[in-house]
Amino acid sequence: MSIVLETRDLSVHFGGHVAVDGVSCAFDRGILTAIVGPNGAGKSTYFNLISGQLRATAGAVLLEGRDLTALSAPKRTQLGLGRAFQLTNLFPSLTVLENVRLAFQARLGPGLDFLTMAISHSELHDRAVACLERVKLQTRATFPAAALPHGDQRKLEVAILLALDPLVFMFDEPTAGMSVDEVPTILDLIEEIREQRDKTILLVEHKMEVVRRLADRVIVLHQGKLVADGAPAAVVASTIVQEAYLGVAHV
Amino acid sequence: MLLSGDPPRGRILSAMLATIVAVLAVAPFLFPSTRALAVAERIAILIVLTASYDMLLGYTGIVSFAHTMFFGMGAYGVAIALTRFGAGWGQVVIGALAGMLLAIVVAAIVGLLSLRVRAIFFAMITLAVASFAQILASTMRDWTGGEDGLTFEVPKTLTSAFRLGGGYNGNLVTYYLIFTVAAVLFLFLLRVVNSPMGRVLQAIRENEFRAEALGLRTLWYRTLAGAIAAAAASLAGSLLALQLRYTGPDATLSFSLMVDILLIVVIGGMGTLYGAIVGATIMTMAQYYLQPAMGGLANAFSGVPLMQAVLDPDRWLLWLGLLFIAIVYFFPTGIVGRLRTP
Repeated sequence: MSIVLETRDLSVHFGGHVAVDGVSCAFDRGILTAIVGPNGAGKSTYFNLISGQLRATAGAVLLEGRDLTALSAPKRTQLGLGRAFQLTNLFPSLTVLENVRLAFQARLGPGLDFLTMAISHSELHDRAVACLERVKLQTRATFPAAALPHGDQRKLEVAILLALDPLVFMFDEPTAGMSVDEVPTILDLIEEIREQRDKTILLVEHKMEVVRRLADRVIVLHQGKLVADGAPAAVVASTIVQEAYLGVAHV
Repeated sequence: MLLSGDPPRGRILSAMLATIVAVLAVAPFLFPSTRALAVAERIAILIVLTASYDMLLGYTGIVSFAHTMFFGMGAYGVAIALTRFGAGWGQVVIGALAGMLLAIVVAAIVGLLSLRVRAIFFAMITLAVASFAQILASTMRDWTGGEDGLTFEVPKTLTSAFRLGGGYNGNLVTYYLIFTVAAVLFLFLLRVVNSPMGRVLQAIRENEFRAEALGLRTLWYRTLAGAIAAAAASLAGSLLALQLRYTGPDATLSFSLMVDILLIVVIGGMGTLYGAIVGATIMTMAQYYLQPAMGGLANAFSGVPLMQAVLDPDRWLLWLGLLFIAIVYFFPTGIVGRLRTP
């Protein structure tokens, strides 16, 4: 198996507070790694450091051996890091379809294309519709994103990520705030991507049943540090995790 | 095709726009007076100027106060070329192109500044740059004529000395030159905002953070939008120079014109482009006809003491202000935004 993404001693300080503290971890192709830990453990911050929304104080991020640390977020996305956000993060007054189409367009590179009509790009259109079908949102294609219920906005977020077709999928609590009957759509989709075994998937997740179902590997962050790493069953059973994270739930 | 797949949508709005465009298209034959023709010309020029501003403000969410500066560059480009090298078509073209080139370069530099500063701070920088341009225009007397501006001859085809028969003359040529160029520029801008790049501009307005996370280099798009808007504004300025046969700091660079542009975009409807047509028409008509209309009303109420004072023609700005407040209050998304069916 080959390493696709790697962080080396990745750290970030906010003033005196060390939010992520020297995390070294390598992620293999085709493996879904769940990142767990209590609130404030630094999971989302770790994601931000990888995808470039935050600059690291120290350490490095490598994608297929290439050092990304100095690159901007757009550049990292172009190189293959795809990120879905924990808080829904869309283009609210653009339509559902346009939200997805922008992702396709972004992949096509710098657009000097200001003389053709956006609506006449039928290939972009068709591919965006195909993405929406995968998350079962095709009937909502012409709605403004802001008009969708929360669960559908989460699905749209995933559809955008599918459109980017990155090497590394980064999901930050993809099912947060979704109703019980909507959750399977998203989980099935993530499982489908995992089963293709050619993508690297990082999943920040609180729900243990989701982790058990999807994860090939679990890493635990606690107070910014990587404290456990291994197969899901072993990690969940380990003392350190019981104390750091699960202990809270089991008291 | 002509409207880039972005029709006005909405029956009242379509009728309103069709009326404005139709009247503008035949204005010289409907209203032969010089003053009426000047109003129609000004509307056409302001439509381009404000539509290009709407591309920045309404579509991309960039607040800039330097738009009149680009307008002035086009006007001074033509004015200086005609003053220095004589009244020929070559000079008009070279002057307009030089102004446009300068506008594009300056817009690109200002746009790149937005890498470091955002929102209100960027607006402040544009204000400073615009003030600087205004000072330059006032002080570089040898080139710009200073505060007095430049008065110059235009090619003979555009003057009343050029006879067309049927009582028409070169003023008709001037009008249709302005109308045609303005129409082409408006349709061009409509195409730009409905292009893939236009969608990216909207994405930047909606959620720049997300746009970057999609891999879109927003700085590049913001700068490109700024350069295109500046080029269009500059060409509108060149048209103004040909219309007035004069250019001065007050005509093109003044801050009050900048405020007019902002008002037109907000009243017409931000992010619609069609709002520029409606807004520019209302604004220009009000500026030209509200004062005389009030004079007429004041005379009609000459016996009523308070009414006469309220309707005094000198208070036309008060009424214009009230009109604008009413429009903004009742149509927060602008006239076009209100009339447009989603």
